Amino acid sequence: MLTGFDLQTVINALPYLFFTGMSFTLTLTVLSTIGGILFGTMLAIMRLSRYRAMSAMAAGYVNVLRSLPLVLVIFWFYFLVPFLAQWLTGASSPVRVDPFWSSVITFTLFEACYFCEIVRSGIQSLPKGQSLASQALGMTERQTMIYVVLPQAMRNMLPLFLTQTIILFQDTSLVYVLSITDFLGAAAKIAQRDGRLLEMYVFAAAVYFVISLLASHAARRLQKRVAIIR
Amino acid sequence: MNYNWNWWIFFEPSLDGTNTYLTTLFWGLGWTIATALCAFAIALVLGSVVGVGRTAPSPWMQRSATTFVEIFRNIPLLVQMFLWYFVLPEILPRDAGMWMKQLPNAQFYTAVICLGCYHAARVAEVVRAGLESLSKGQKMAGQALGLTLPQTYAYVLLPMAYRIVVPAITSEFLSCTKNTSVALAIGLMELTGAARAMQENSFQIFEAFTAATTLYLALNLVIVFAMRAVEGLAVVPGYGNRRNAVKGR
Repeated sequence: MLTGFDLQTVINALPYLFFTGMSFTLTLTVLSTIGGILFGTMLAIMRLSRYRAMSAMAAGYVNVLRSLPLVLVIFWFYFLVPFLAQWLTGASSPVRVDPFWSSVITFTLFEACYFCEIVRSGIQSLPKGQSLASQALGMTERQTMIYVVLPQAMRNMLPLFLTQTIILFQDTSLVYVLSITDFLGAAAKIAQRDGRLLEMYVFAAAVYFVISLLASHAARRLQKRVAIIR
Repeated sequence: MNYNWNWWIFFEPSLDGTNTYLTTLFWGLGWTIATALCAFAIALVLGSVVGVGRTAPSPWMQRSATTFVEIFRNIPLLVQMFLWYFVLPEILPRDAGMWMKQLPNAQFYTAVICLGCYHAARVAEVVRAGLESLSKGQKMAGQALGLTLPQTYAYVLLPMAYRIVVPAITSEFLSCTKNTSVALAIGLMELTGAARAMQENSFQIFEAFTAATTLYLALNLVIVFAMRAVEGLAVVPGYGNRRNAVKGR
């Protein structure tokens, strides 16, 4: 069975796997989480806005992206971003965009839809009295959102953000379809170069498993700690 | 944007010589639907077993069900796909491995099994949430009437739990349909794969992806409407309301 498991290949590949691969995966995860939460919150506020056109626009964006597979969205943006950059900067030909930034843009825009749904349900789960009370105190709508609603909603949503980040972390492996060297990409390259598919893929799976498992336990613990007692 | 649009590309023959690009896209849609249906059938059966296992009184059943869920939820789908496709034939005895590698449509079977297990872990969580949302009295009443534990599950708990979690099952099925696209990494020519191939061969990037996007949106709408009918049928009269139904991811 596993008697042929060549540990040495894995050990030799460790620096490449972690310094090139995992650092790409983690930077991508962190940047897109931050971007996704910011843009997602914006989308959620738009969706709940009383202006019809605004909420319809946000809802349309979120619903369309959520019904497409991530792989297709990755391809879309990979090819679209150079043309968009050309249009924005007024260059004469499509701009070459670094694959890293292309993936950051893709994941930010894509995961924002899922973060939007989290924030929206977080805002809606707050008792109506909260925003009514702050408006009775004379706060404007914007102040109500920033000082009363969002801080409480965010606290409730923290564990869900972490869960979504774990999903994002796993999803980043899909940049493999663009032959980008993320953690899985690095493992796959070594696997094909040395003909060691078994070792490299099993090792990659184990690393993803351990990180995700630890993070999801942390999310569970966080959930208990941040729960607001009413 | 200086991009040469050419919507007539769909009616030009693709590289295989016989089909037009449009036909290859519809073949891709067919593979997507077939993979999603087969995989979800596995996911429902296996997921129910595991979900029941997680609520069962026996500790070893609970532990093995939990292990199953943790393994399949914490490894990225693409990595799982590679494990099934590249690693499994190497672990198996030589003859079985060779047989697997030479199987016609091996990509399809691999994708079905891989997606089946992946979504089984998620369906298991949904089923468990449904079972746990039932009041304790249901189980006690069933046992007070003299039903054995398996009978209580089969005739009392599961029929209720399934009807409560139908909306969550819908969203699971939607995500299963979308996840079939990951199988393009092992060479399955499903919808995204077909669009990708069309883009590579014809250089009409945006036409190919627009067509795929449209087909995915249409497929999504069909599923949502079909499942809405099922959800309507499945509502338990007088039990909570539809808003309270368990939401899963």
